[in-house]
Amino acid sequence: MTTYIIRRLLAGLLIIFLVTVITFFVIRLLPGDPIAVYIGQQAASGAVTERELEILREQYGLNDPIVVQFFNWLGGVLTGDLGESLFFKQSVGSLMADRFPVTLHLGLTSFVIANLLGVLMGVLAAIRRGTWLDTLVTTLANIGITIPVFWLGLLMMYVFGLQLKLLPIAGYVSPFEDFSKSTQLLVMPVFCMAVTSLAGIARQTRSSMLEVVRQDYIRTAWSKGLRERVVIFRHALKISLLPVITMMGMAVGMIFGGSVLIETVFAIPGIGRLLTQSIFNQDYQVIQSGVLIIAGIIVLVNLIVDISYGWFDPRIRYS
Amino acid sequence: MAENTTTLTGAAEAPPRVSEWRRFRRVFFQRKLVVFGLVILAIMLFVAITANWIAPFNPYIGDLANKSLLLPNSEHWLGTDLQGRDVLSRLMFGTRSAFQVGFITVAMAAMIGMALGVISGYFGGVLGMVIMRLMDALMGFPMIILAMVVSAVLGAGLQNVIIALTVATVPGYARVMNALTLSIRENDYIMAERSIGASNSRTMFKHILPNAMPPMIVLVTLQLGSLILAEAALSFLGIGIKPPGAAWGAMVNDGYRYMLTNPVLSFAPGFAIMLVVFAFNMVGDGLRDALDPRLRGTM
Repeated sequence: MTTYIIRRLLAGLLIIFLVTVITFFVIRLLPGDPIAVYIGQQAASGAVTERELEILREQYGLNDPIVVQFFNWLGGVLTGDLGESLFFKQSVGSLMADRFPVTLHLGLTSFVIANLLGVLMGVLAAIRRGTWLDTLVTTLANIGITIPVFWLGLLMMYVFGLQLKLLPIAGYVSPFEDFSKSTQLLVMPVFCMAVTSLAGIARQTRSSMLEVVRQDYIRTAWSKGLRERVVIFRHALKISLLPVITMMGMAVGMIFGGSVLIETVFAIPGIGRLLTQSIFNQDYQVIQSGVLIIAGIIVLVNLIVDISYGWFDPRIRYS
Repeated sequence: MAENTTTLTGAAEAPPRVSEWRRFRRVFFQRKLVVFGLVILAIMLFVAITANWIAPFNPYIGDLANKSLLLPNSEHWLGTDLQGRDVLSRLMFGTRSAFQVGFITVAMAAMIGMALGVISGYFGGVLGMVIMRLMDALMGFPMIILAMVVSAVLGAGLQNVIIALTVATVPGYARVMNALTLSIRENDYIMAERSIGASNSRTMFKHILPNAMPPMIVLVTLQLGSLILAEAALSFLGIGIKPPGAAWGAMVNDGYRYMLTNPVLSFAPGFAIMLVVFAFNMVGDGLRDALDPRLRGTM
């Protein structure tokens, strides 16, 4: 088990390294010049001479050969220095520290809701197969995986924010500042962020549950006279969650992907919005670090997923 | 896999082929939602192809002075946008962009991905490992962010969106193809083929690829839906087709500033996206049940 984890960690590090190398070199192929973009913003406030431009380029190390830039950056990362954002005039580390908790708050809430509700809905649909409940869950799940989340966000804003005036339209407040306001603001974005994964998980749970309840050992459990609750939750659910866990791992990626859209729609200052802005601003350092962090999280989640298989299905052994 | 027997013995097995087709038809057309999806896709495809002739107005040129932001009326069924362009016509041309991106991307990604998958699965070894590790690295990454970074490198435009989405979806095909190759390779008929001296490429093209087709067709259909969704998301963010080109995602974005006065502007294109993705998913589910029942619930 320990060797397995170590081997997987090393493989994970390799993947993270590959991703960062690829991003690093790819974004440097960007046709534009980040300094020029930055200057474009400054041009209104005062003239900038070619000499000042040159100084800026030198200062941010953009005149060095690409490989030198890469090793400078890598060295920085390993010592905890992510560089400085050209656009925000702030160290990337502190920028990330500002933005990351926001996405984490949003993403974690969505993740928990998507998993709990998704599994619950899937189980209900499976054990009441063919009833109105099953039809309802299946229909909702089919809509959930097809709806464009940014559009759903706008629809909700329109209905709940503008027409019914039940919820604040957009923005973000830290829960430590004003918990009730923060939660109100969170309802719509969390729902939008969770909906795709929720629907996927519900579908997956339903189908694997239907598969499992046909097994002999479930029939045995029934014939022993166990109550429905015990048969379903103790015997059937655990094993039918196996494929669902794969889905849960994928949900983390989906939620990060969704954060790009949802944070833009609801004006939430998180990593997703930062990344979108940085791509438009060609803010190299921010894009790189954002990608590095996301890759790291996804690798970690996949590792947790793989390890948890063993807990859900003792037949799986790691060697 | 039922097809295995037919490929092996050829003409002698001809009758089962017919019943195979019949079984496919029976399962496929059984579900009403699948038929509904097919009808939607047929209509949308028709609109996409004939947009030039059936669109009531020019989608690119509007009447800014007299027709800006009209509400739906008898002349403009879905109203007009800020520049006074007919929303229905833009929606029709948007169908064309969506289908273009969907079909071209799927074709490219499936070809590249299947090639990588079959090579890594068939030859294995260091080459296989390198390919699959690289695919894993790309796969772990959220598709939309990957596509965003690639589009940022290449700039806006339909062609670049297609390239970006291709890069983002190749790993999925490679992985499935790799797994399929590994399992198909173990069949006796492959060993028989090898023992009569067939070349590697013959084995791959004549035996492994055809046997991998059913699950691949399902994957492609389901992917079409998510690609159209991703294209919409990119154009919503402003990465995508250049203005004045019509794209559903960009239309949603344009419309949402006028949500209070004219919600149809952003509701209509969003609904179109949902409808087409739903249709592709339904048809994909139907194909999966009909082509390969073992895949039920796994994709």
